Amino acid sequence: MSINTSTRRGVLGAAAAITGFPRLGFTQPRQPIKIGVPTILSGRVAQLGISSRNAMQMEVEAFNAAGGLDGRPLELVVRDSRGAPAEAARLAREMITSDGCEFLLDGEASSGGFAVHEVVRETGTLTLHLNAETSSLTADPRQRFWNAFRVARQGVHDSIAGGYYAAQIARQRNLRRWMTISPDYAYGRDTTAEFVEFAKSFNADIQVTGDTWPRLFQADYTENITRLSQGRPQAVYSCLWAGDLVTFVEQASIFGLFAQAQFFAVNMADYTTLQQVRNLPRGVHSGNRYLRNFPDVPANLAFATEYNRRFNTFPTNWSWQSATAIRLLTTALRQVGGTDPRQVAAKLKGMTIESPFGADGTVTMRAEDQTLVGYAIGWGTTVSADPFVENMQKADWATILRLEAEWKRAKGWS
Amino acid sequence: MELTELGECVSSLSCVVTQLAAGLTIGMLLFLVASGLTLIFGVLGLVNFAHGSLYMMGAYFALAAYGPTGSFALAVLAGTLGAALLGLFFERFLLSRIYGQDVLMQLLVCYAIILILDDAVKIIWGADFRNMGVPPAFLHPPFIIGGGIVPYFYAILFGITALIAAALAWGMGRTRFGRIVRAAAVNPGMVGALGINTTVIYAAVFAIGAGLAGAAGALSAPIRSVVPGAGVSIVIESFIVTVIGGMGSIGGALAASLILGLTRSFGSIGFPLFVEGAMFLIMALVLILRPSGLGGRRQ
Repeated sequence: MSINTSTRRGVLGAAAAITGFPRLGFTQPRQPIKIGVPTILSGRVAQLGISSRNAMQMEVEAFNAAGGLDGRPLELVVRDSRGAPAEAARLAREMITSDGCEFLLDGEASSGGFAVHEVVRETGTLTLHLNAETSSLTADPRQRFWNAFRVARQGVHDSIAGGYYAAQIARQRNLRRWMTISPDYAYGRDTTAEFVEFAKSFNADIQVTGDTWPRLFQADYTENITRLSQGRPQAVYSCLWAGDLVTFVEQASIFGLFAQAQFFAVNMADYTTLQQVRNLPRGVHSGNRYLRNFPDVPANLAFATEYNRRFNTFPTNWSWQSATAIRLLTTALRQVGGTDPRQVAAKLKGMTIESPFGADGTVTMRAEDQTLVGYAIGWGTTVSADPFVENMQKADWATILRLEAEWKRAKGWS
Repeated sequence: MELTELGECVSSLSCVVTQLAAGLTIGMLLFLVASGLTLIFGVLGLVNFAHGSLYMMGAYFALAAYGPTGSFALAVLAGTLGAALLGLFFERFLLSRIYGQDVLMQLLVCYAIILILDDAVKIIWGADFRNMGVPPAFLHPPFIIGGGIVPYFYAILFGITALIAAALAWGMGRTRFGRIVRAAAVNPGMVGALGINTTVIYAAVFAIGAGLAGAAGALSAPIRSVVPGAGVSIVIESFIVTVIGGMGSIGGALAASLILGLTRSFGSIGFPLFVEGAMFLIMALVLILRPSGLGGRRQ
C-alpha cells in the first residue's frame, strides 16, 4: 500500500508530538526551487551578463525574504557560457539533468539563446529568454512551443520605433544616403533589415547604399570603418552592442566618422556602453536600452538607486529584463501555488504586471506569441555626461503593434 | 563580391590612401606579434601556441600602467617589459623542459599557459572587457591626404611599429647577438661548442619574442577592447603570417603581415564577406606553390 506525502508528513508529525521530538519533520528546510541561468560572465559582453545576474539576485532575495513560495526559496544556478552557443546549450542541459533546475532563465544573447531554445524544446523545461532580441525567436510560429517565453525587448519593436524616429530626422536634415554596420549573426542581420524596412516605409527618400558586417566580438573594426568612410554616407545605422559598440565608437571617432555622418545606434543608451566609451560623441541618435530617467517614474529611479547602492554601478538593459522575468515568474508561481510547469506557463500567458519599465506603468506577456510588450521605448541623442541622453521621444505602442501585425502578415507568420 | 567597388577604389586616390594607411597599420601590428612567434620557432623550434596570451598580457600591463600615470609611453613600456618578463618566466620554468619534444606536448603545455593567464586576468582585472580609450594627446582630427583619411593615432602606431621593426632587423642583421641567434637557429650544437651559452640565448630570444607580442598588445589597447581571451584571434592570424612568410623568417613575416593587412583593408571593399576566407586562401596558395613560405629556406 502506498502512502501519499501529506499523509506521511501527518504521521511523522503525530509521532514527533508523541515521542517528544516536537520539531521532527518541521525544521527540515523546504527544498529550494532551482532556476538555471546560463549567461555570459566573461569576455566582451560580460558586463551585461553580470548585470543580468545582479538584477535577478535583487529580485530573488526580495521574493525569498517575503517567504518565497510557501516557504520554498528560489535558488539561482548561474554559470558562464562565455558567449559560446554550444557551451550555452551544454550548460542548459546540465542544469536540467544534473542540477535539478525546474526552470531556466536563459541569460544568453540571441546567438546562444537559439541554442538554449532547442534544448528546452526537447526537455519541456519552462524557460524565459531574458536577453535574446531576434524577432523570429517568438514571431516565427515554427519557433514557438508552450514552455518558452521571451522577456526581452524584441528587434522588430525597436526597429519600428527606430525607423519612425530615423525617418523624421532624415526628413529634417535631408539624410538620403545611408549605410549600416551590424554584427554578423541572426540578431544583427534581422534587426538591421527590419530597421531599414521601416525607415524606408516612413521615408521613401532613404537609400541604403552599402553595409558591412563585422563578426560578433571582432577585435578590430578598421576594415569596416574604412568601408563606411569610402561609402560617404550621410547617416549610419548600427545594432552593434556592449563592448563591440564601445570598440567601434572609439575607432570610428579617430577616423572622424561621426563628423562625417549622423550615427544611429539603437544600443548606445545603456550604462554599460555610455560609461565605457572614453570619447562619447555628442549627438549620436540612440534607442533607450536602460536609463534611470526613462521612463521618468519614481519606481524606475528607485530600482536604479538600489542597484547602484548594492553593486556600485548602474543597471543595464539586461538588468531590467532579468528583473522583469523574476517578477513575472514569481507572480505566476504565487498564483499557481506550486511549480507545475504547465500551470505556471498557463498563468504567464497574457499576464500583465505593474512595472517601472513599462511605457504606461505595466508590461504584458502577450499570449499569442509569448513575448513581452508594453515596455518603454524611446529615442534621443547622446550628451557626454549624465544623463547621457537628451530629447527622448517616446514611441507609440499602438503604432508599434499595428505595424508589427502587418509585418508578421507579410512574412506569413500570423 | 563587389569587384566594381574595388575597381573604383583602386582608381581613386582618396580610397587608396585610406585603405593603404589602414592596411599598413593593421599589418604592422600583426607583424609585431608574428615576428616574435616566428623568431621563437626559428631559434627554439617551439610552436608557441600561447603567444596570443602574451599579446593579451601586454595589453593588460599597459592598461594597469596607463590608469595611474596617464602616460601612453609608460603604458607601452610596461606592456613590453611585462610580457617579456612573463615570457622569460614561462620559458625558464616550463617551456625549456619541452624543447625538441613532440608538438602535441608543446601544444598541451602552451594550452595550460593560455588557461592560466586567462584565469589570472579574470582574477586580477575582472572577467569583463576594459577600454583604455585613445589617449587625449592623440585625439586630433585625422590627416586628409589626397582626400583619403589617415587617423592621427594610426600614423603614430605605424611610426612606432616601423621603428621597432627596423630595430629588430638591425639587431638580428648587424649585431653580434643577432649573428649568434641566427647561427643558433641553423646549428645550435656548433654555437654551444664555441663556448656560447645557448640557454641564455634561448631565454633571451623567447623574452624578445614575448616582448614584441606585449608591445603589440599595448599599442593596440587604445583601439581594441582589452578582454580575457583577446589573444586567440591574433594568434591564429599570426600563424597564418608565419606559414605565408616562412617559419623562422622575419623578413617573410613582415611581407606576409603587410599582405594580410592590405587584404583585410582592400578586401573589405571588394569582397567583404570573404576577407577571412581570402587570408586562408592566400595561405593555401603559398603552401602549394612555395611550401617553405615567402622568406623560408627551401628544403
